[in-house]
Amino acid sequence: MSDRIERPPFVLAKLDQLITWSQKNSLWPFGSGLACCAIEMIATAAARYDIARFGMELFRASPRQADLFIVAGTVTNKMAPIIRRLWEQMADPKWVVAMGNCAVSGGPFPTYAVLQGVDRILPVDIHIAGCPPTPQGLLNGLLLLQERIAKSHPTKEIFNPDARR
Amino acid sequence: MPDVEIDRPDLEKVREALVERFGAAILETSYAHKELSFRVRKEDLLAILGLLKTDQGFNALNDMIGLDHPAPLGEGRKRFSVLYQLYRFPGFQRVRVVVDLDEGEAVDSIVPLYRAAEWAEREIFDMFGIPFAGHQDLRRIYMPDEFVGHPLRKDFPLEGNEACLLKI
Repeated sequence: MSDRIERPPFVLAKLDQLITWSQKNSLWPFGSGLACCAIEMIATAAARYDIARFGMELFRASPRQADLFIVAGTVTNKMAPIIRRLWEQMADPKWVVAMGNCAVSGGPFPTYAVLQGVDRILPVDIHIAGCPPTPQGLLNGLLLLQERIAKSHPTKEIFNPDARR
Repeated sequence: MPDVEIDRPDLEKVREALVERFGAAILETSYAHKELSFRVRKEDLLAILGLLKTDQGFNALNDMIGLDHPAPLGEGRKRFSVLYQLYRFPGFQRVRVVVDLDEGEAVDSIVPLYRAAEWAEREIFDMFGIPFAGHQDLRRIYMPDEFVGHPLRKDFPLEGNEACLLKI
């Protein structure tokens, strides 16, 4: 008993590293399946590709419980205000992945009805091209996002909340 | 009116009944692929559809179609058409009724006759800007409420115009 009090175990780490390590390994996605990209997103979550390997298996149905917004599919102009609102309902820190050509740039629909890229209304962190992207493509994008998170400095945001965007 | 050869006695009866009752209101009759079409005067549309539904037993409105003709169709024709596809069962026969309309010209709503027309008329209003007189709830059905223009008109640019671009 007295031994443990005398020599408690401890780990030394930079606070930034500790925070980003926990953030990037427990990304909870909010899967907004808007079109056929949702099928590939679901396949990524299923057993064969198993997104749980990267700590992302908890697809949430509510934006309040998620910190990664995967925009999977075509965003129409009618849907755009709703997407923006869902993103605003997510708690910081939060990230956005534009999955597929439609979300990246409007894709094969350069029309009056389709938003020409979700980055017009959201700050997109990762763009994933493909029509639809394969599960490998989505996982590659998510691993890139993890690298980006690992390089970020969340403690700076404590003093300056606008630092991230 | 040029008389058309109709080799189906069941549809011939429909034509006879319409011509006997409305005469000059039937502007044109055509028969192709064993189906019968009438181009009718706009003012008599409700009465004609009413006769087809109650007396002739065309109990279903299969579809309503709006058309914007890119080139002028000739003497007496107008820019837009609205096409009513009627269906009768038992019997499995179809007839089409067409009215011609100019830009901004209203046509009577047929919702009192066929409830199925309610959303179809909203769709045609949304896409072509054709007003339906007497419709209780004539709002856009596909495009956002603040959208400007009517996308299926032939002079509407595919990419959209300045007025309809998103404002967030």
